[in-house]
Amino acid sequence: MTSSVRRLAYLDHAATTPMRESAIAAMAPYLAEHYANPSGSHRSSRMARTAIDEARDDVADVLGCAPGEVVFTSGGTEGDNAAVFGAVRRHGGVAVCSAVEHHAVLHCVEHLHGEVVAADRFGLIDIAALKQTLERVAQRGERVAVVSVMAVNNEVGTITPMRDVARVVRGSAEHAVFHSDAVQAACWLDVRDIVAVTDVVSFSAHKFGGPKGMGVMVVKKGVTLEPLIMGGGQERDRRSGTSNVAGIVATAAALRETVTTREAEVVRVAELKRLLIEGICSQLPDVLETVPGLGTTETRPSARNIASTVPGVAHLCFADVESEALLFLLDEAGVCASAASACASGAMEPSHVLRAMGVPSRFAKGALRLSLGHTTTRDDVAHAVTAAVASVRRLRTTQ
Amino acid sequence: MKVLVAMSGGVDSSVAAAELRREGHDVVGVTMRLWGGESDTGCCSVSDVDDARRVAQQLRIDHLVFNFSEDFSTHVVDPYVDAHRAGTTPNPCIECNRHLKFDRLSQRARLLGFDAVATGHHARIERQPSGVWRVARGADAAKDQSYVVHMLNQRELAYTLFPVGHLTKVQVRERARELGLRTASKPDSQDVCFISKTGGRETFLGHRIPFRSARVVDESGKELGTVDAVEMITVGQRRGLRLPGGAPKQFVLDVDTERQTVVVGEESRLSRNDLHVGWVSWSHEPLPIGSEVMVQTSAHGATQPALLEEVDTNSVVVRWREAQRRVAPGQSVVFYDVTDRLVLAGGIAS
Repeated sequence: MTSSVRRLAYLDHAATTPMRESAIAAMAPYLAEHYANPSGSHRSSRMARTAIDEARDDVADVLGCAPGEVVFTSGGTEGDNAAVFGAVRRHGGVAVCSAVEHHAVLHCVEHLHGEVVAADRFGLIDIAALKQTLERVAQRGERVAVVSVMAVNNEVGTITPMRDVARVVRGSAEHAVFHSDAVQAACWLDVRDIVAVTDVVSFSAHKFGGPKGMGVMVVKKGVTLEPLIMGGGQERDRRSGTSNVAGIVATAAALRETVTTREAEVVRVAELKRLLIEGICSQLPDVLETVPGLGTTETRPSARNIASTVPGVAHLCFADVESEALLFLLDEAGVCASAASACASGAMEPSHVLRAMGVPSRFAKGALRLSLGHTTTRDDVAHAVTAAVASVRRLRTTQ
Repeated sequence: MKVLVAMSGGVDSSVAAAELRREGHDVVGVTMRLWGGESDTGCCSVSDVDDARRVAQQLRIDHLVFNFSEDFSTHVVDPYVDAHRAGTTPNPCIECNRHLKFDRLSQRARLLGFDAVATGHHARIERQPSGVWRVARGADAAKDQSYVVHMLNQRELAYTLFPVGHLTKVQVRERARELGLRTASKPDSQDVCFISKTGGRETFLGHRIPFRSARVVDESGKELGTVDAVEMITVGQRRGLRLPGGAPKQFVLDVDTERQTVVVGEESRLSRNDLHVGWVSWSHEPLPIGSEVMVQTSAHGATQPALLEEVDTNSVVVRWREAQRRVAPGQSVVFYDVTDRLVLAGGIAS
């Protein structure tokens, strides 16, 4: 079926981005000629070691931290796990996160019987509730080990005002490790602002044009975490395992390009997102722009209530349509998109984010995330608008 | 034709997909995710989905997963629990076919523009010279599943394909082996998919309904003992009643969950001349009173001849040619034609 598709519009950048050519080019030599283990003591190793050190300096420069604060990991999930488990195992105490966190944080906190703080209808952590939770833990005579709040929501794209959250965390749980899953932030926000107000931050390379299986964790000086993976003591004993030289080099290259082109990309992609949302919403009734913000022309909430979302995520909910059916028709039309997170079997699970936001089930069942990125074009958007409108109409009339 | 084939990860549906592909259809495989809870059999475990996906990849067809777990809870699991609470004996596989495979999935398939839905059931769908569609027994008498797909009506029959119905199970496995499918020697699924082997039915129900003890009495009302969970007792049951041994053997004649009473007696007391069937669905039109039918009352039980004595829209009373053992209320009852080959109707024993 997919073979008959003539045109492919890839609008699933929040799931993964196509690798940047600079990243592919950067990693190639370290897969072929420079294959040595960087921990060795011979000339081949030194060459690999140099590449990692340079990459680390580069990443630190971009993220606004010291090279010694950069830890290369296997991805966002590892960074999230390392932060939550690492803090609780080292310091003891309660793990706290928001109800809209990625499962890589949420499942860790739930596993540790931690506290999950409610979110509002925009998919933002309820800051007043966070304060209450932190105070309640303190009143119980317990210590908060870690507070984890995502910088950008991976499903609906809402941007968390990290400075405001940081103020509450520092004020009500001063000894807590403050972690942020910034996996969806790298392409759209100045991540130095996030790094500046947190203790630990997780990034994932394949969300910004790098390779899968690579991540960056920033662990600020003086912050101690029990390592998740022990062994040869790589990454200053914070993450053992032979360094993925090619992956590290490619990650640095992708991150550098992302940051260099960010300002222009934010403007370009925001316009594409506006066209996408307006194109669909103007042609179909009963569509909910899940986080009303940029790009809505009708039902605009009072300015004070507008949450900001990243340009890369357009999340819509179609009443009386089922996501699985919609995704099938979009796929048939050559549009790659997604709904909520998929479970191990590949089935769509009802979204915990939409539930936490209180999206009515009539709409939540018809969730669609179209996510844009560095390869997205106007043609992609036009194609997606046509396909989405046709698919939703068809699903609504045949029922 | 554009066909959506339900692939459970078992050998029958694997070969069903292969047959359709061989016939040149435009085939898409789908595995339904039905149960999120603990389970070790059936189509919901990740390893079964893996098997279905690998087979689809081998056959070069697309594979999807549809999450119908909410519908499954509503239409299969909850009624299963309710039936036990009410002291009847449900058949969840039939309810799954009725509500999930041939309703929810078919609806989704129509919505997505498919021309037919296929499954790996061992049954055949035949069009009579009159134009009427009928379910016929599968080619492999020992594996025939016409009983569990009896509920299909004309519209559904015209939209459904059973590509392995003309094959024996041995032939199905042979085809799977020839194609190198990894499901070729996978054992047949048995038991209820949402109940794990380790916990069993008792643990499953115990987590969902409060078990109530019951008095075990004979037909005169004399108390013979007690059982811990009246919800676990079925009409016709002999074991697990904790009665003193010795002849004559005692069978459950009746279960009254409200009064928490189980009536037992000799086997001969289970004998009945007629059978009342409710929730009847006719595959075409209702048959006239006096029609002779062959009646099957369990998935692999023998059929017995009977006459339709009363026929209502949704209920039927049949008179057995020879007296038969009482059918536990809740069990599915399927009527075949006199040749015992074509399904005419089915319902639930009351």
